Amino acid sequence: MNNNLNINENRLIVKSSTANLITIRKFINIKAKSYGFSSNEIEDIVLAVDEACTNIIEHSYHSKPNLDIEISVSFSKNNFVIRIIDYGETFESRSIKELNLELYHKQRRVGGLGMYLMKSLMDDVRYTSVKNRYNQVLLTKKLAH
Amino acid sequence: MKEFNTSTKEIGDVNVVYLNGFLDAHTAPVLEDSFSSLVKQNKYKLVVNLKGLDYISSAGLGVFMAFIEKMRENNGDIKLTSMNEKVFNIFDLLGFPLLYEIFDNEEAAVKKFSGDKLEK
Repeated sequence: MNNNLNINENRLIVKSSTANLITIRKFINIKAKSYGFSSNEIEDIVLAVDEACTNIIEHSYHSKPNLDIEISVSFSKNNFVIRIIDYGETFESRSIKELNLELYHKQRRVGGLGMYLMKSLMDDVRYTSVKNRYNQVLLTKKLAH
Repeated sequence: MKEFNTSTKEIGDVNVVYLNGFLDAHTAPVLEDSFSSLVKQNKYKLVVNLKGLDYISSAGLGVFMAFIEKMRENNGDIKLTSMNEKVFNIFDLLGFPLLYEIFDNEEAAVKKFSGDKLEK
């Protein structure tokens, strides 16, 4: 676990071990709080980022624990944007509009649940992939006033 | 931050599993092991008490999905109880209340198993 979390940095680079999810959540929690989100909103943002990083570890890096995940955050015009980059296998953006839980339950498609949660909890979720170079997820949460 | 652990208690033929801490992709195998161990002992009637659970991600929810059929095929079930509001909200968002019985307190969940038995 990375214990040297510099809260002044807007970027966190961690290895792709699930042991680092706790560090990622802590980083996002601190950042979301500093931008003035409510505790409920912070929980939503933290979970969405956890899901995005879990997907990267499992599907992009196939659970290899020593590859880089780069997370950077920015805040402008009341939009909190979290950008997550990995250098693993190109993934397709899956569009999940309606969740058929019965089907998921039968097929044990847990990865799809993570994607559904991200889309439900954030205002915008965007995937881009440059083949053989990198994948990027942009998660956006609007600060309501 | 504490991570995650489980403990179990037997009440008649029902096993209560207590979850504590943060359930994510890193700690989900701990819950898997706990459920697997109960299945090996032919214990299929589970009440999962989530009072001490501070956080759950889809990796944790997936463990419940992976075991529910096994339990029901063997005349058992996984009943959930005592979850805090934020954990409930995640279960609710994914429609789990349609598939799992969720109780406010442990006693009611345990009793439901004996109620099930009487109906047969």
